[in-house]
Amino acid sequence: MSEVIVTKDLTKKYGDFVAVDHLNLTVHKGEVFGLLGPNGAGKTTTILMILGLTEPTSGSIRVLGFDPTRQPLTVKAHVGYLPDQVGFYDELTAYENLIYIAKLNGLPREEADRRIEAALQKVNLSEMRDKAVSTFSRGMRQRLGVAEILIKQPQIIIMDEPTQGLDPEGAREFLDIIRTLRAEGITILLSSHLLHQVQAVCDRVGLFHRGKMMLEGTVDELGRKILGKAFRIYVETPDTTPEIVEALKQVPGAVNARVLNNMTTIEVEATSDIRHEIARSLIAAGGQLRGLSMEAQSLDEIYAQYFQEVEHVRA
Amino acid sequence: MSALERAEVKRLREGSPWTGLWAVVAKEMADHLTSARMRILELLILLTAGGTVYVAMQQIRASIGSDRFIYLKLFTLSQDPLPSLIGFLGFLVPLIAIALGFDAVNGEFNRKTLSRILAQPIYRDALLLGKFLAGLFTLALVFSAIWLLIFGMGLIGLGVAPNTEEVGRLLWFLLATIFYGGIWLVLAQMFSVVFRQPATAALAAIATWLFFTVFWNILASLLAQSLRPIQYGFLEEALAQAELELALTRISPNTLYAEIAIALLNPTVRSLGFVLPFQLEGAILGTPLPLHQSVLLIWPHLTGLIAATILLFALAYILFQRQEIRA
Ligand SMILES: Nc1ncnc2c1ncn2[C@@H]1O[C@H](COP(=O)(O)OP(=O)(O)OP(=O)(O)O)[C@@H](O)[C@H]1O
Ligand SMILES: [Mg+2]
Repeated sequence: MSEVIVTKDLTKKYGDFVAVDHLNLTVHKGEVFGLLGPNGAGKTTTILMILGLTEPTSGSIRVLGFDPTRQPLTVKAHVGYLPDQVGFYDELTAYENLIYIAKLNGLPREEADRRIEAALQKVNLSEMRDKAVSTFSRGMRQRLGVAEILIKQPQIIIMDEPTQGLDPEGAREFLDIIRTLRAEGITILLSSHLLHQVQAVCDRVGLFHRGKMMLEGTVDELGRKILGKAFRIYVETPDTTPEIVEALKQVPGAVNARVLNNMTTIEVEATSDIRHEIARSLIAAGGQLRGLSMEAQSLDEIYAQYFQEVEHVRA
Repeated sequence: MSALERAEVKRLREGSPWTGLWAVVAKEMADHLTSARMRILELLILLTAGGTVYVAMQQIRASIGSDRFIYLKLFTLSQDPLPSLIGFLGFLVPLIAIALGFDAVNGEFNRKTLSRILAQPIYRDALLLGKFLAGLFTLALVFSAIWLLIFGMGLIGLGVAPNTEEVGRLLWFLLATIFYGGIWLVLAQMFSVVFRQPATAALAAIATWLFFTVFWNILASLLAQSLRPIQYGFLEEALAQAELELALTRISPNTLYAEIAIALLNPTVRSLGFVLPFQLEGAILGTPLPLHQSVLLIWPHLTGLIAATILLFALAYILFQRQEIRA
């Protein structure tokens, strides 16, 4: 089965307030899916419904083929959850915290011990095994949270804003852990505000707004949809004349071209990788090529542009 | 999609609600038994029991009588200004029980552990019941230890072993004490579901206890006077009023526990209601009741306590089920 999480017209109302509005979300096996959206968009609510921790008002959910409202135990046995605020029993050690979770999952003692060692190893906390969690830093707690999830050897991991509050180094380590998990074939659904991090690990993202999924796809796809372009090509040339700029603009696939302030670089926005064509037409137009570089569209820009438009339409 | 359809299940909730129950019980009991809070309470009850029993023993030795029930006297004798042990138990038991329960659910919530725990393959039922059972077992453990201590003090201090009648009565009283703790435990746990702040939950539980200890008897008497007024001064009227008052006071777990203590620890008590002289006809006053008769006497009280506990648990359960668990 390639679709591991499927929601159909999933809706959650708190009184009259619609927190999640007819959401249709599909997450495929083995991918890292990022839920993006401003505060209050309904990301956490969606996650809680997928886990069977909150009842949907209407609509349906299938997780690995199971219905979380009716078979929550089966779903929760296969899905690991890292909440947006991870708490542990501070007075207990890392090991004691984990063994409790292992017992709740019905693991026999030996198997539990084996899995705990392996999980602590994987998140780099082996030396902290017998230290009280009260001495742990935020980053260590977050990693302990991942270790806890790994104990049940889940097929899906859901993380709610996992890198929030981590320092850049901690966040980087955490993203590495996510990549390792992905390499093992675990499907990951994560929500975040930190766009460059999402971009760094997610295969696909969904833009959430007011309980609705507005857009969904790879970052490149979103870039094309929202900005009409996905790539930026920087052409270094001393010949930044209007004719040359015009010539570059005419290259198929180019959306826009302009001279940057340093007067030695032309920036071309394009829908695909057209470096070769750009270089050729620059030379054909009589320009000198000193350098050529390209960057993919940043998710920040897509996000900012998108929500600017949404607000604009509403105003 | 065929897998989706195959997995379609018609039953409302699959799996046992008690999955993970014993893991919760074990964890919670370990917490209780190692917590500083319990150490303080254990010390408190140890000192109280030791002190009151010591005082009672002094009195028993002074009155070199041939009492059949000296071990029961260890619980009931008092010397001013100290109350007897059962007097102390009347408020120490609720105190300990409330201390075990007031932060059961909101404590998890505030530590942000609740959503992590409930994301494991267990139902909320298991968490709530597990916490209750852990509290109840802890109470049982603490009071059993106290009872043993008292037996030990008696053996050394009085030099006689308790007879089977005494042991039987004290075991029943131990059971009643544990269940009396159980009702305050479940009340505190219910408040721990209702209030996000553990301090508020503790205060609410203590306020309830205070209400039943201080005000309920006054209220019961006022209610009885207004609902069954004595207009013509008939005996029936007075009786009806008194019976209503008694029934009302028995809503309070404190009254139930006090009556249980009286019936079990004073074998000569033949009735817990009003006794009119003609009802005692044929009874030889002052002769002790056999244990099973005393147990029959307290049976409604005991079942009442347990029923109220179950009712409160059900209420806590419903409230907990409805609660949003997000942090
Ligand atoms: N128990 C509740 N009662 C009423 N409204 C609620 C409740 N829980 C959440 N909401 C509302 O539902 C909306 C969605 O909340 P949710 O927590 O899912 O957003 P989110 O996308 O996770 O936001 P954030 O980025 O701040 O975590 C919010 O507007 C919130 O106020
Ligand atoms: Mg959230």
